Amino acid sequence: MNEKGMTLIVKTITRLTVGLIILFGIYIVSHGHLSPGGGFAGGVIIALSFIHIMLAFGKEIAFKKVNQAIASFFESLGAILFITLALIGIASGYFFLNFLSKGEPFTLFSSGLIPLYNLAICFKVGAGLFIIFITLVLLKIPGEDSEK
Amino acid sequence: MLELQILLVFMIIGAMIAVKAKDLLSAVIAVGTVGLGLSIAFLILKAPDLAIAQLVVEILVIIILIRATIRKDLPFSTSGRWFFNTFVTFLFMIVFLGFGYYCMKDLPGFGEPIMKISQRFVTEGLRQTGAANMVTSVVLDYRVYDTLGEATILFTAVIGVLAVIRKVGRKR
Repeated sequence: MNEKGMTLIVKTITRLTVGLIILFGIYIVSHGHLSPGGGFAGGVIIALSFIHIMLAFGKEIAFKKVNQAIASFFESLGAILFITLALIGIASGYFFLNFLSKGEPFTLFSSGLIPLYNLAICFKVGAGLFIIFITLVLLKIPGEDSEK
Repeated sequence: MLELQILLVFMIIGAMIAVKAKDLLSAVIAVGTVGLGLSIAFLILKAPDLAIAQLVVEILVIIILIRATIRKDLPFSTSGRWFFNTFVTFLFMIVFLGFGYYCMKDLPGFGEPIMKISQRFVTEGLRQTGAANMVTSVVLDYRVYDTLGEATILFTAVIGVLAVIRKVGRKR
């Protein structure tokens, strides 16, 4: 991978569009129970926005925004949040009980725990795929030829 | 359904080009066209959730494959046993089509599922879960154990990739 990133045109376009991509991912996640999408697709879109920064600007600037420790934190946070929300249900019934009130349908704050499950899956999928990307693409396997 | 059949022919041609292409970058791009065609096919069959997920994952996989293959001259297998290869290919195609002909006759028709519980998900889903998106009400309420298993698979995959490629603790 080129350390300096790509040309000035790509950097300018990236600077303009990457915020919109993250915003679209947040929209997909938060409206997962109302419109097509959900935690998986939104998480991958957010991971793709960081991959976009990394491809356009090079490794160093992207690692200032998000590094492997932050990605591991979000990965673990998603898993723990998912399991914790499922375990709280045992207190008043059974595993995965949707104990919050359903609310008014077709509004943003409705259907109880489902938006929180979407959020947990978004953290998990986005951080996990980002970790897989930086591991497979950036890290060099020892014994292999170094950068040509 | 004519546009769906045109799309399927396009995907088959893309897959054949991906198999027969001379260099790896062309093959990866041809695989990308197959994924894009699959995404549009989901959209034609009225499954926008799957279309979004397929498109997004396809982009990520194409980026990873291009970065992994763009500057390595991996050896390309061009063996001379073309007669044996072609014979085996046609043999398996005939066997598969023969079995498929007898299996497909017993499948239920399009839009008439065997499991009657899906009708209940459609009619009762909004009232019982409060989620307007029916796919979410199935994935995150009725069948949430499947989602837990999927999340576990992804977690295990990340741990496996990190364990295979890590630098720390690797012995020569």
